[in-house]
Amino acid sequence: MKILVAIKRVVDYNVRVQIKRDGSGVATDGLKMSINPFDEIALEEALRIREAGTDTQVLVVSIGSQSAQQQLRTALAMGADRALLLSTEDESQIQPPLLAHALLKLIEQESPELVLMGKQAIDDDANQTGQMLAALWGRPQATFASKIELAAGLATVTREVDEGLELIRVELPALITTDLRLNTPRFVKMPDIMKAKRKPLEIRPLVELDLEPTPHLETFAYEPPPKRQGGHKVDSVAALVATLKAKGVIE
Amino acid sequence: MDPAREIMKYDVAIVGGGPSGLAFAIRYRQLQPQASICLLEKGAEIGSHIISGAVMEPGPLDRLLPNWRENLPAICVPARRDEFTYLTRGGRWRLPVPPHMKNNGNFILSLSSLCRWLGEQAEALGVDLFPGFPAAAALHDENGAVIGVRCADMGREKNGRPGPNFTAGVDIHAPLTVLAEGCRGSITKTLIARHNLDQASDPQTYGLGLKELWHLPPGRAEPGLIQHSIGWPLDRKTYGGSFLYHLNDNQVYVGFVAGLDYEDPMFSPFEAFQQFKHHPSIRPLLEGGEILAAGARTLVEGGWQSLPRLEIPGMLIVGDAGGTLNVPKVKGIHMAINSAMLAAEHYAEKKTPEGYNALLRASPIGRELRRVRNIRPGFKKGLWRGIANAAFETLLAGHTPWTLHNHTDYSSLTKLSRFTQIKRGWAKRVLPPRDRPASVFFSQTAHDETQPLHLKVADTSICIDRCRTEYANPCTRFCPAGVYEMIEDDTGRHLQINAANCLHCKACDIKDPYEIITWTVPEGGSGPNYTNL
Ligand SMILES: Cc1cc2nc3c(=O)[nH]c(=O)nc-3n(C[C@H](O)[C@H](O)[C@H](O)COP(=O)(O)OP(=O)(O)OC[C@H]3O[C@@H](n4cnc5c(N)ncnc54)[C@H](O)[C@@H]3O)c2cc1C
Repeated sequence: MKILVAIKRVVDYNVRVQIKRDGSGVATDGLKMSINPFDEIALEEALRIREAGTDTQVLVVSIGSQSAQQQLRTALAMGADRALLLSTEDESQIQPPLLAHALLKLIEQESPELVLMGKQAIDDDANQTGQMLAALWGRPQATFASKIELAAGLATVTREVDEGLELIRVELPALITTDLRLNTPRFVKMPDIMKAKRKPLEIRPLVELDLEPTPHLETFAYEPPPKRQGGHKVDSVAALVATLKAKGVIE
Repeated sequence: MDPAREIMKYDVAIVGGGPSGLAFAIRYRQLQPQASICLLEKGAEIGSHIISGAVMEPGPLDRLLPNWRENLPAICVPARRDEFTYLTRGGRWRLPVPPHMKNNGNFILSLSSLCRWLGEQAEALGVDLFPGFPAAAALHDENGAVIGVRCADMGREKNGRPGPNFTAGVDIHAPLTVLAEGCRGSITKTLIARHNLDQASDPQTYGLGLKELWHLPPGRAEPGLIQHSIGWPLDRKTYGGSFLYHLNDNQVYVGFVAGLDYEDPMFSPFEAFQQFKHHPSIRPLLEGGEILAAGARTLVEGGWQSLPRLEIPGMLIVGDAGGTLNVPKVKGIHMAINSAMLAAEHYAEKKTPEGYNALLRASPIGRELRRVRNIRPGFKKGLWRGIANAAFETLLAGHTPWTLHNHTDYSSLTKLSRFTQIKRGWAKRVLPPRDRPASVFFSQTAHDETQPLHLKVADTSICIDRCRTEYANPCTRFCPAGVYEMIEDDTGRHLQINAANCLHCKACDIKDPYEIITWTVPEGGSGPNYTNL
């Protein structure tokens, strides 16, 4: 079986980002970058499926700047077999519809039985690429997975939905997007970092896929969220009620 | 039971990706292009645990990488003007700039971003960098020689037992281990004790440095201006002072260093720093500005007489792990690079650490340290006598026939019963950060809370009774991140350790009066995420 895992390079979740002074974007210079945590979970799941015994090849793909090689190397160190970077230095192109079209081309070339990716990237939180890709591909999708079982050409997936958990079964080939509780990704081992340096990492310019770059989103400006007003202490319940009333919070 | 560990073999293992560790890696590869070198760094990235002033003397870097000026790191401003002042509660007096504090030709920079750049250079030369992999302990052979290091385990649970994702740290075996852990290195400390490397030297002494990066309203910063002050808010018996380094783009570094040999058990270096910012001559500069980043780190202050022996079979100590910082200059970067280059050149030629200790002492590095050796200890007698002594020592270029001695910092606190409270007249603060948790926020420090505590307190019963009566738990004040808290609840009083807030400054390991706190490396990648400090 072949599993295709899509990963995105994002600012690490521990790092607090700041808006550039001119409002043109988020300052990322020098910040710690990582694999999008949900994508890391997707990769971990692919590795576990392979380790469970089936003859499986795990291909990781990223679409982004040359620096995303760093995250692909990490993915190889975690255990992926091959990596592919569709490179573009124009980050404004990296929008869900374009990503879905690009990944579709890859699917056509690689014919994976399973496509795994995070439910969303923690930088723009779009939560769209997986759904769009499944629709373009014309195959079943199971989003927000917190448990995946594969058997006899079917994937039984537990989904985290607003009301609780939903159990669905999809026919492979299929696309699954992963949620936080699916697994805890492994730590990378030092010897595996060295081995990853020798694993195949192919770089293809995104333009070679001949996609129509149709940016659907245009960004006008970035603004930090409004500053939280400092609270203050009141000395009695009566004072609290009075204050809340004065602020119109209660009647 | 000890888990099975993989072994990786290298020609050289370097612990620490600061200026000294990176300089060793680069210099050694330049001389021995075939050598395999591994460099372990506990920060998630090279530079993420690096915080410094920093005004750098560029000479050693020019020698190491002559092209470094062609692509300057993100924050790098040539020094333009020096100011040295004495502060009282409300006043500010200009003093002549002492000769060792003149900065013509130097650069104000972010050491964190310089290290990131040095890391790229090292990697391009073929050094294997492992950020996110702390070295936990040294490995010895049966004769006591160092044969490598053991990396920290990942995925242990709070109780120390292996969790589901447990990954045993690898053992690195190498004919040479270079300790470049910086001030109060955890492995260095253990090895100094184990091999009595400080037998012939004074104990090491330290200062605690705190620093913030501010963005100011336009027109206030004067790029290249370097300001230092002494005096208020410190009392005359406490060594230290402030720094203000002006950058481009309306940014300034504001920082404060307090000698950890202070005596007042109620003293808080964090509060002193915040008070300095409220001095009438400083507050107008900062007011209306905003903090972009903050952090803290100790620095070595022992100088020449506190240099331990810097070698044992299989191991060399470079940079501030050994204590090469020049205190009167408040500069350690050029010394760290220089000592590491000297060590690399020595080892490349001799293939043994033997002889490096003597070589360093006889080198320009040793001479630079020897010349200023009496200046810092002179301040033990108070600020004015310290200044007079410093002037005298500078005049004689250190040719005085005596050497003043250093004393341990942990033993310098006066017991509460014998201490007369100092009236500090500290102001009500309005500038951010409001408190230590607010400041920690700007360091972006993070520790996975499921891991075992990396701050080990040997006997917490001392905290509850003895320390409380004798010193009122000074750990709750000297820690710049508020990691230590005494909590009272129904079950009684106890010590709470907020290890997740730790900035890896190591002040607790140094200053705790009973020597019961031990700082150990947490899981890889934990700790601050500095990028521009
Ligand atoms: C507030 C402040 C202001 C300063 N101002 C100046 C100045 O203006 N000019 C100047 O020249 N110098 C200044 N210094 C001093 C200067 O920063 C140091 O002398 C210099 O950083 C020492 O370099 P180093 O490589 O020896 O250690 P460090 O820079 O401390 O680097 C040590 C590295 O090793 C890593 N490490 C430690 N232990 C381990 C382990 N067990 N495993 C893996 N990694 C480990 C650390 O994370 C760190 O990255 C200042 C210092 C401070 C704190």
